Amino acid sequence: MTNNKNLQNRTLGEAMQSQGISRRSFLKFCAATASMMALPPSMIPAIAEALEKARKPSVIWLSFQECTGCTESLTRSHTATLENLIFDSISLDYHHTLQAASGEAAEEAREEAMKENWGKYLLVVDGSIPIKDLGYSTVAGISNLDMFLETAAGAAAIISMGTCAAFGGIPHAHPNPTGSYSVYDIIKMVKNAELDGISSTDSNIANSVIDKPVITVPGCPPIPVVITGVLTHYLTFGSIPDLDHLGRPKAFYGQSIHDRCYRRPFYDKGLFAETFDDEGAKKGWCLYKLGCKGPTTYNACATTKWNNGTSFPIESGAPCLGCSEPDFWDGGSFYKALSIPTIDIPSTAVYTAAGAAAAGVALGALNKNKKSNAIKEHIKTTIDDLEKE
Amino acid sequence: MSEIEFLNWVRGPAFEIATVIFIAGVIIRILEIFLLGRKTNLAKPKGSEMSGGLHTIASRSLPDKYSLKRSSFKIISGYIFHLGLLVTIFFFAPHILLFKEIFGFGWPSLPTPIVDAFAVVTIITLIAVLIHRLRDSVLKFLSSAEDYLIWFLTILPIITGYMAFHRIGMTAPALLAIHILSVELLLIVFPFTKLMHAFTLIIARWYNGAISGYRGVQS
Repeated sequence: MTNNKNLQNRTLGEAMQSQGISRRSFLKFCAATASMMALPPSMIPAIAEALEKARKPSVIWLSFQECTGCTESLTRSHTATLENLIFDSISLDYHHTLQAASGEAAEEAREEAMKENWGKYLLVVDGSIPIKDLGYSTVAGISNLDMFLETAAGAAAIISMGTCAAFGGIPHAHPNPTGSYSVYDIIKMVKNAELDGISSTDSNIANSVIDKPVITVPGCPPIPVVITGVLTHYLTFGSIPDLDHLGRPKAFYGQSIHDRCYRRPFYDKGLFAETFDDEGAKKGWCLYKLGCKGPTTYNACATTKWNNGTSFPIESGAPCLGCSEPDFWDGGSFYKALSIPTIDIPSTAVYTAAGAAAAGVALGALNKNKKSNAIKEHIKTTIDDLEKE
Repeated sequence: MSEIEFLNWVRGPAFEIATVIFIAGVIIRILEIFLLGRKTNLAKPKGSEMSGGLHTIASRSLPDKYSLKRSSFKIISGYIFHLGLLVTIFFFAPHILLFKEIFGFGWPSLPTPIVDAFAVVTIITLIAVLIHRLRDSVLKFLSSAEDYLIWFLTILPIITGYMAFHRIGMTAPALLAIHILSVELLLIVFPFTKLMHAFTLIIARWYNGAISGYRGVQS
C-alpha cells in the first residue's frame, strides 16, 4: 500500500523516466497533442512542463448501462503507445472491468479513493443511468443513480465517456424501456428537483452535483486519442477544455466528419457510390447515398483516425453512422441517406391519397346535391310578381 | 431539444404531417374542380376537344412575341426562376434519393456545381422579381399578402438549401433541419394558395383549348 502511494505521488515525468520513455518521444507526444487540440506550437514546452510536473490524478470510472465497448476501445487501441503511458500514469482507482479487486474490496477502493481525494478526483462515467426503476441496473446493490450522485458530489470534473453517458445512447433509444438518461440530463433533473423521492442519496450531496463541470466525449465508442487528449488538457491546465454547445471539447468535435472527409471532393462533384460494390465504391466515391451521416456528425474520426491512425469507417467503405451525435439510433436506417425521411412515406402517401379521394368524391356529391336542391327550390319570378312591388 | 433531435423530428413526424396535408389538399382541390361538372354542350362538335386542349397546353407554355415585347422582364424572369426551381428540386442528387424513396424509381442527377449555379441564379431572380413587384405600381396594387407569403415560402427552401449545402452560419444538423422544415412549410401551404397553379395551369390551359377545339376554331 505504501509502495502504491509512493507510485501515486510520482510526477508524470518521474513515471516516464522510470519506464524508459525518451524525452524526444515525450515531446513528440506533446507536439501531437498540441496540434490535435489546435494549440499554437509555442504551447508545446508549456504542455511538456506541466505534464512532467503533474501528479497522477485519481480517476474513478463508473460503468452503468453500457456494453464495455468504450473500455474495449480504450484498452485495445492503446497497446504499447505513449498514450497508454499517460493513461497508466493516472491513478485509476475504480473500474469494474479493469480492476483486480472484486466484491466488497472493489467498493472499498472506490470509497477510499473518494475519501482521500474528495473534491479532486476525476469521475469518468460510461453508460446511461436508468430512473424508471432503479433496480434495472445496480452495482453491489447500489443503483446507478445513487452511485453516480454520491461519487459525482466529490468530483473535480465529470467526463461522460461514450454516447450512452453523453446523450443516453442505445438504452435511451425509442421507446427507452428503462427510462435511461445521460449524465447531463440527470444533473439537469437534480437541478429541477425532478429526482426527489427517486434517489435515496442525501439531497444535500445530490445538490452539490449541479455545479460540476461536465465534459462529454461521445462516440460509440469514443476515439482513444480524444480521451487522452481531454485528460492531457486537464493535467496541463488544471481546467476543462473549450466545449461546444453539447459539452464536447471543440478541439476534437469542432468540425464535422464531412468537412474533414477525404471523399468530400466527390460529394462536391456529385460522384456517389450507389451500392457497396459498384464502380463508384471501388473508386472511393462519396458514400452519401449509402446513408453516410458524416454531414451532420461532429467528431475527429477523419483526422485522428482509429487503430493507431490506420483508418476510419469511411476509409473502409462504410458510411458514418453518426454515433457521436444525440439520438443517432433514432435517426432512421443507417443505410438510408440523410435526405430520406425516417417515416414510411410511400405508405403515408397511398393512405392519404385514398382518404383524400374518398373525401373529395363525398364533397363533390354534397356540392351536386346542393346544386340540385337549389334548382328544385328555385321559384320563377314573373312580370306580375315584379309589378306587385 | 438538440439539433439532431430537431433534425430527426423534421425527417420523421413533421414530414409525415406535411405529406398528409399536401397530398390530401391537392387531391381534394383537384377533385373539387372536376366534380363541379359542366352542362352538356348541345351544339354539334366541329372538332376535337382533346387536340385543341393539348395544343393549347403546349402553345401557352411558350410566350408570343407581342407579350414578350410588352412584358419582357416578367416573362424572362419567370422562365428563369421556374427553370431554376426545376433543376434544384428535381436534379440534385440528395433530392432524387427522396423521390426514389417515394415513387420507387429515380433518374440521373446533374453535377452538383451546376445545380449550385442554378440555385444562385434562382435566388437572384426571385429577389429581382420581388423588387419588380414592389416598384411596379400596378403590380403592387394587385398584390395581396398571400403573394408575398408564397414568394417568401418559395425562396426560403432555396436559400436554406444553399446554406445547408455550403454549411453557412450554423451547425450542419441545424441547417439541414431548417432546410427540410422550410420545404415542409411550403408543402403545407401549397394546396391552399396560388401555388396550386403547378397543377391547375394544365387543367386551365386544356379547358381553354378544348372550348376552341369543340368549335373547330384555332386554339
